[in-house]
Amino acid sequence: MIGYIVRSIFLGVPMLYGATGEILTEKSGHLNLGIPGIMYVGAISGVSGAFIYENACGNVLENMNPFLAIIIPLICSILGSAIMGLLYSFFTVTLRANQNVTGLAITTFGIGLGNFFGASLIKLVKSDMPSIALTKTSGFFCQKLPFADDLGWFGELFLSFDFLTYFAVLSAVVLSFVLNRTRIGLNLRAVGESPATADAAGINVTRYKYLSTIIGSAIAGLGGLQYVMAYANGCWSNDAFGDRGWMAIALVIFALWKPNMAILGAFLFGALCNANVYAEGLGVETQELFKMLPYIVTIIVLVFTSMRKKREHQPPAHLGLPYFREER
Amino acid sequence: MQKIPAIELNNITKTFGKVVANKNVCLTAYRGEILSVLGENGSGKTTLMNMISGIYFPDEGQIYIDGKEAVIASPKDAFKYKIGMIHQHFKLVDVFTAAENIVLGIKDGKYNLKASIEKIKAICDQYGFELDPNKKIYTMSVSEKQTVEIVKVLYRGADILILDEPTAVLTPQEIEVLFKVLRRMKEAGKSIIIITHKLNEVMELSDRVAVLRKGEYIGCVNTVDTNESQLTEMMVGEKISLNIDRSEPKNSKDRLTVKNLECLDRTGVKVLSDVSFTARSGEILGIAGIAGSGQRELLEAIAGLQKVNAGEIIYINPKTDSVEDLRDKTPKQIRDLGVRLSFVPEDRLGMGLVANMDITDNMMLRSYKKGRSFFLQRKAPKDLAEKIIEELSVVTPGVSTPVRQLSGGNIQKVLVGREIAASPKLLMVAYPVRGLDINSSYTIFNLLNQQKEKGVAVIFVGEDLDTLVELCDRIMVIGSGKVKGVVDARTTTKEELGLMMLKSDFESEGGTDE
Repeated sequence: MIGYIVRSIFLGVPMLYGATGEILTEKSGHLNLGIPGIMYVGAISGVSGAFIYENACGNVLENMNPFLAIIIPLICSILGSAIMGLLYSFFTVTLRANQNVTGLAITTFGIGLGNFFGASLIKLVKSDMPSIALTKTSGFFCQKLPFADDLGWFGELFLSFDFLTYFAVLSAVVLSFVLNRTRIGLNLRAVGESPATADAAGINVTRYKYLSTIIGSAIAGLGGLQYVMAYANGCWSNDAFGDRGWMAIALVIFALWKPNMAILGAFLFGALCNANVYAEGLGVETQELFKMLPYIVTIIVLVFTSMRKKREHQPPAHLGLPYFREER
Repeated sequence: MQKIPAIELNNITKTFGKVVANKNVCLTAYRGEILSVLGENGSGKTTLMNMISGIYFPDEGQIYIDGKEAVIASPKDAFKYKIGMIHQHFKLVDVFTAAENIVLGIKDGKYNLKASIEKIKAICDQYGFELDPNKKIYTMSVSEKQTVEIVKVLYRGADILILDEPTAVLTPQEIEVLFKVLRRMKEAGKSIIIITHKLNEVMELSDRVAVLRKGEYIGCVNTVDTNESQLTEMMVGEKISLNIDRSEPKNSKDRLTVKNLECLDRTGVKVLSDVSFTARSGEILGIAGIAGSGQRELLEAIAGLQKVNAGEIIYINPKTDSVEDLRDKTPKQIRDLGVRLSFVPEDRLGMGLVANMDITDNMMLRSYKKGRSFFLQRKAPKDLAEKIIEELSVVTPGVSTPVRQLSGGNIQKVLVGREIAASPKLLMVAYPVRGLDINSSYTIFNLLNQQKEKGVAVIFVGEDLDTLVELCDRIMVIGSGKVKGVVDARTTTKEELGLMMLKSDFESEGGTDE
């Protein structure tokens, strides 16, 4: 049972990163459907960084500096996804392109980019398998707390994760605090709800939109990195990331645009995704049905919140709409 | 008491393209007084105030604040000079609380909502506002939202407050409360500028009245030295002769009778109440009134686009003399009876034409149900389009030009031409010459006159009183959704119409509380 919970949390973390980043972006009024692609780019950038560092150390564990082994993939991942976010912002904020179309293009582009570099790296190592294994870097990422194993089930349930998992929860909590308790959060929410009002109040709408999209993308990209380094034990193969990016966007809706809710939601989604493996005696076809569960839950949440019509549970009022000051 | 000028405008001029919105306006507002700015629709009141609050920048002229020349290039600059504007359309974030909206965008100091709420409460106590700082905007009534807007500018330390038609959306009781608050702010030394149409409010509230007409500053009078008819005269000005050919109505028969019509808007507020009138064949019935008095709803109710709450709309079919109630009919059934609505609000392409489609396709919007073939028959609409282009001298490269590329006047000709081509029995037009040049306007007037001579009942909603007086046979004045009276256009004067439009009826119990 504890194994199931731990596995569920693991599965939920990439989605949590994606959802946290997407919530930050959506609060500025931008529906970034490029999240799946951005997470994919975040993953491959981190993988590339790790790959280069491992090769530079001659693929010998003893030569590797633990700090550099972590910080290089981390920075690569953040840069890669932030650049994707910048691209999206440039199209949707400055050029006021349609957000949905731009987002879908970014996703297609991001996945293509990831697969291209993934395939190139695989070719470089001349591996028999269509994948590359960065187990050494992954080992650094998955460093547990030293006393976790001594604490029995408590240790396994709360202390056995890699640092990116804790950081995911932390970033969601911090985002929640920033949104609700600080002036920056108030201004950001105003930009997403009513950019004209924010503009009239002297808030730099464009800056808020750019920054929240770029930072949101960087956070989402970490989800890709966490997936490769912690969940997949440093093993990259093309398209293995699956539909986690879309799940992250569904999770935003499920969480009603609240980062704190996203934490619970992510673990629930993880549990639901996992259910088919742990439920015994299922045929292939029923397993596929089980995979629908996260989406069904999202739809149910949508139906209920729409029926209750509570304004706090609605998406930002200006979500998906471009803002142009001179248009009155 | 020595009067200290708070803000002085000197020879302010603002043009939008060829349209002169303000021309050499000089205006002074003093500390501790309430100044009303009075003028008809389109007289440039809001443009002028937008220049003071930094939304527009004047082309010429100077603004002096406390005797020093000031450059107000943005709303931020206006805050700096302690000018606060309360717009007609509130700029508030719906899901925020009142306090969050009030502190939004202020940069100084630490973010401490509790301290801000204390400050808000102090402001409310000082001037007698009733406001719960923790209430969400979307749960508030219109008057509460307005209070938030006023407190918002006071919180920023505004000394000069500009209110753009603050009473338009309020009930009489709420207006009383607002006036009380405004008087207290005046006693505290604030300078208040209020834009309004309503003469009785001007008389009741303000110390001085400045009148604008067609962008020009006409004059400023002390409220105690004037009366309503003098102000009306200043507003409407001398009669201008337009020389529109007006024929006598022939064989006028009742075509449409509206009885006790009542309509509600989406929020459940009455927009039309107890409206009764008759439109006759072979005459033009003008409808005059301040913009937003219910003209649009009235026409839409007749055309079947607006839900009717109570009353009857009776159409007398000229062929059979049979009587039909249009109230529960669909727009299509109504159109088949020969009622045509040509609606031209500010957004010319909103309801009548599709901007990206060409003239032929726009013709087909009316005839798409004709014919049995699965494929489109383009011949007839194309002929019609060509006929309209020729007869109304529409300037266009051809029938296949998207209407979006035509000028306003030509778009209007296409729209009216199409409506007339369907030989209606009742033609309703709203603001058909808004924004058109003189020649296009006359083309439209002639078209309407031709229709009238053919025995069509024409309903003409207009805003320019000169046009109404010269074009129409009878003029119905409506104000706040009620009929203020019907006059003979041949004997009436602009002053009479102006007074009817502007006078609000005290005897009517006000109050359409939500």
